[in-house]
Amino acid sequence: MSEANRRVIPIGPYHPLQEEPEFFKLIVEGEKVVDLEINIGYNHRGHEFISPTLTYDQVPFLVERICGICSNSHPFAAVLAIEDCAGIKPPPRANYIRSIMQELERIHSHLLWLGLAGHFVGYNTVWMWAWKYREYVLQVFEMITGNRNHYAMNKPGGVRRDIKPEQIPEIEKAMDIVEKKVLMLKNAVLDDPVIRARMEGVGILTSEQAIAYSTTGPTSRGSGIPGDVRHDEPHAAYGLVPWNVVMFTEGDVLAKTKVRLLEMIESVKIIRECLKALPDGPIQTRIEEIPAGEGIGRTEAPRGEVFHYIRSDGSNKPLRHKIRAPSYMNIASNAVAVKGCSIADAALTLAAVDPCYCCTDRMAAFEDGKMKFTWKDLLRLSWGKTERLKQRFR
Amino acid sequence: MIGWSGWGLAFRFIVFPGFLFTVVIGLVLTWVDRFVSARVQWRKGPKFYQPFADLVKLFTKQTMVPKGSSKTVFLIAPVIGLTAMCIISVLLFYVNFNPHGSFVGDLIVLVYLFSLPPLGTIIGASASRNPLSAVGASREMTLYFGYELPFLLALVVPVIKSGGAIRLGSLVMAQQAGGPFLYSVSGVIAALIVLASIQAKLGYVPFDIADADQEIMTGVYAEYSGASLIMFRLTKAMMLFLLPLFLITVFWGGFANWWAIPKFLLILLLIILIKNTNPRFQIDQALRFFWFGLGGLGVLAVILAFLNL
Repeated sequence: MSEANRRVIPIGPYHPLQEEPEFFKLIVEGEKVVDLEINIGYNHRGHEFISPTLTYDQVPFLVERICGICSNSHPFAAVLAIEDCAGIKPPPRANYIRSIMQELERIHSHLLWLGLAGHFVGYNTVWMWAWKYREYVLQVFEMITGNRNHYAMNKPGGVRRDIKPEQIPEIEKAMDIVEKKVLMLKNAVLDDPVIRARMEGVGILTSEQAIAYSTTGPTSRGSGIPGDVRHDEPHAAYGLVPWNVVMFTEGDVLAKTKVRLLEMIESVKIIRECLKALPDGPIQTRIEEIPAGEGIGRTEAPRGEVFHYIRSDGSNKPLRHKIRAPSYMNIASNAVAVKGCSIADAALTLAAVDPCYCCTDRMAAFEDGKMKFTWKDLLRLSWGKTERLKQRFR
Repeated sequence: MIGWSGWGLAFRFIVFPGFLFTVVIGLVLTWVDRFVSARVQWRKGPKFYQPFADLVKLFTKQTMVPKGSSKTVFLIAPVIGLTAMCIISVLLFYVNFNPHGSFVGDLIVLVYLFSLPPLGTIIGASASRNPLSAVGASREMTLYFGYELPFLLALVVPVIKSGGAIRLGSLVMAQQAGGPFLYSVSGVIAALIVLASIQAKLGYVPFDIADADQEIMTGVYAEYSGASLIMFRLTKAMMLFLLPLFLITVFWGGFANWWAIPKFLLILLLIILIKNTNPRFQIDQALRFFWFGLGGLGVLAVILAFLNL
């Protein structure tokens, strides 16, 4: 087909594929995708700007609200950065509890993705079933923290809530169920010939491309790059319990699915080991003050490495708080993975990186080293546009 | 149909067994579909009047015609399939209860009438000038060419078995005399092929490729709203009733007896279960499946039918 047959298939900003504010312009010839334009930035909320206006105790609660799914990863990385800056270590029990929370979150996030992937290929039964099994994890969350989402567990110097001895058997029971169900889903998904036909060889991201686009998490581990912050830089309790990094080399959607399915099993293993080895002692240390300096915190969120940087001037508020969420790199890799796919495959490939737009959106407009727009300017621009639209439709 | 007065004909087309009767049964069947699907997926599912409530709601909505589309074609397209379904319903019921009154070639007429709804969707979607609808229309066309081949091949089997009659009445009578065609190797294969084609004609998973909402935002129906969308919905609902009846007529001894009800429910259940235990095919995979998979099976079934198996 020729250039004249090119058409633009818009995915977003409002699209039933992903109920999130994203905009992918698929440039297609017939059914084949020849190019992709990625537009994000519909959901900018200015977390990095708000953070320096809050005290260190408030920052974890703010970053927790960056993403509803990764609502443990962001505060986890933030408190790691604050602790790095202050030069303190949390007590061992807090480390184990942090790892348990992080792995629980990974299970619930991967189950959520699996369900959505089923939905995207039109397999709504997998969707509903995966989300039903996710309920067990959410109940564990509710039992430990009181919330099904936004757990508010991390604080600089430790965790806010303890895991009580009588809760441990219940968590273990839930993990037994989850493991059984995940194995069931794994067999159901991987043995289904139609699912294999839809996922195998689709949206291939080679390991060179994965490196070139700095992908992280399951997206890169599906392309043969064994990068995992939990393994490369053991923090919390990850260096203290046995577990394996899951990696596949094919780089297609099926490989990413397999990575996520097997990671859930590994997470169950980590939680069991952590519960077994849970040491006694306090769950938090007191931080007297945070000296001037800087600190970084990295942790493996379900979607990949989440990175927080905090610069302190010795006051009780951060001077600068920089956040880089995994989807920021992973979404960009779609540009190569989608090329050559059909539209049907493109929908699945775009979703296979498990994109999270609220983590990703950021904005800065500088001119000659000075900020071009302040908050008030932006507001004025926004009001002006609304007014113009009103005029047009009057 | 000889001897029907004008009023009798109108009654048959509009009330029973034509439009009204088929629509009501069809909508109840879509509720069965939604309810069973919900139970398979561990949901509660809607109340039985939900399809009717949806209908009433859609009636209160405005019918939008997109700018730049050809208005007449856009609005006439949904009627094509609906009319075809009314005629099919009258024909099927007449043939089953008066097998002697059927005319030569009515099987061919039925096959053509069943191919009108996809035609209507293709025309309407192309008229809407929406790029997503255009993709949907091209998919619908590809899919149509895909399933029509094995569908026709499978329908050759009962014709051979009844001794070369292309009359539905003869098929029904031959089955009443010598047992349903389904109870033979070629019959089973052919019926399964027709079942897969039914799934595709209904646009159910794994063949909901033309109106895949996650890929192309319901594709062919993207621009339809209000009453014109209702027509498509009703067509689909009527097809859900008529296609299994057609399968029973051609392969399972006709439906002029009470046994037809459990047979019908079994087929419906099969359709719903296939819908809920499969992901969506890609369009080229579907084409390959129909042409090389089911097409080959269809040829096998025809050969077996010639050998009287």
